[in-house]
Amino acid sequence: MCTTCGCGAGETRINGSAGHDHHAHDHGESHAHGHDHANDHAHTHDHTHGPSSGQVGDVLDYGAGPARAHAPGLSQARMIEIEQNILSKNNGLASTNRTRLRREGVLALNLLAGPGAGKTTLLVETLRRLGGALPAAVIEGDQETSNDAERIRATGVPAIQINTGKGCHLDAHMVGHALDHLSLTMGGLLFIENVGNLVCPAAFDLGERRRVTLLSVTEGEDKPLKYPDIFQDADLVLLTKADLLPHLDVDLALLRANVERIAPKAAVIELSTRSGGGMEQWLDWLRAERRSLLQELAGEAESRAASLRAAE
Amino acid sequence: MHELSLCESVVDVILENARLHDFRQVRRVRLSIGRFAGVETAALRFSFDVVVRGTLVEGAELDLVDEPGTAWCFDCGETVTLADRLDPCPRCGGTRLHPNGGMDVAIKDLEVV
Repeated sequence: MCTTCGCGAGETRINGSAGHDHHAHDHGESHAHGHDHANDHAHTHDHTHGPSSGQVGDVLDYGAGPARAHAPGLSQARMIEIEQNILSKNNGLASTNRTRLRREGVLALNLLAGPGAGKTTLLVETLRRLGGALPAAVIEGDQETSNDAERIRATGVPAIQINTGKGCHLDAHMVGHALDHLSLTMGGLLFIENVGNLVCPAAFDLGERRRVTLLSVTEGEDKPLKYPDIFQDADLVLLTKADLLPHLDVDLALLRANVERIAPKAAVIELSTRSGGGMEQWLDWLRAERRSLLQELAGEAESRAASLRAAE
Repeated sequence: MHELSLCESVVDVILENARLHDFRQVRRVRLSIGRFAGVETAALRFSFDVVVRGTLVEGAELDLVDEPGTAWCFDCGETVTLADRLDPCPRCGGTRLHPNGGMDVAIKDLEVV
């Protein structure tokens, strides 16, 4: 089991390359077995270091099996206070990603939705309409297949596929490695399409600047109430497949009210890739967000330059 | 099933602390679970048992402590405690509430040898 990115053994694949080669740098101490242990116990070093981090090696080295071979009455039980958020590691990696993306001047968006809400279709249509006017790149997260990355690449935009295997969400570690495989352009857009899931991805910050949650109008009015976590931190909620509204019994006013109740800060846009309705509004939101990021970064750089000059 | 990942992070944090505090075995792990952390405790216990196997946490008891959830009310502008995510504001009855506490899972302490 991979304790670094939380995926099952050998599960995560980036662009089809299995075997977790991205963990190679994580080891360091794991093969050194620098501790002194007596030779009076069977201590088979048969654990594999494929997808695991160095820490797993240490655990096995400490002989934590049922026999407790390493600690025969070594010391009495004691309490250790930790008070540590268990997502702190992910949050730290997310913060690294965020710093890197800001340095590169890239607007990163985390796209969240249940399966089938139309995330990939929206991306394909968005990239088609942008027509290369803005540089873009895509990270696709799915349990299996590289179908989505192939659909994106067909538009001429570079895409990296992350297959999470049994994993139900992307995390900051996977995205960090995907960033290593992408060449980003200053002023560009990076769309990160999360695994289709209305629950788990909500808890994992990827280092994005903005969260965009999609909900198709076919999914029912009460989805925001049933799955509040995925909506509550959204900066934008897109109500997709709006062209189907005339055929549905869905109460759009109630759906909107529920979105606004759970995500009072989010902007809401109804759109349809098929009819094109709402697409310009979405593209305008993207352009405005991009502009605001670039202005913010330029402002920071100018103020730093001013302090450097003042320090001359 | 992100509970599995959460448990892996728990083990990760414990292993880091094993080096820091030099312990060899964990007897008890106390986790605080925020009311709004989106964690299914049954799934968490199940995942814990699976993930700790073969580590120095194997066999440890898992204590879960509930942390209350709080939210910012957009209508009355106060932070209030909510028993349920969808409860209205206990002060003003408003329904537009954004959670601002009780969203985390944290390791509080460990009993170790």
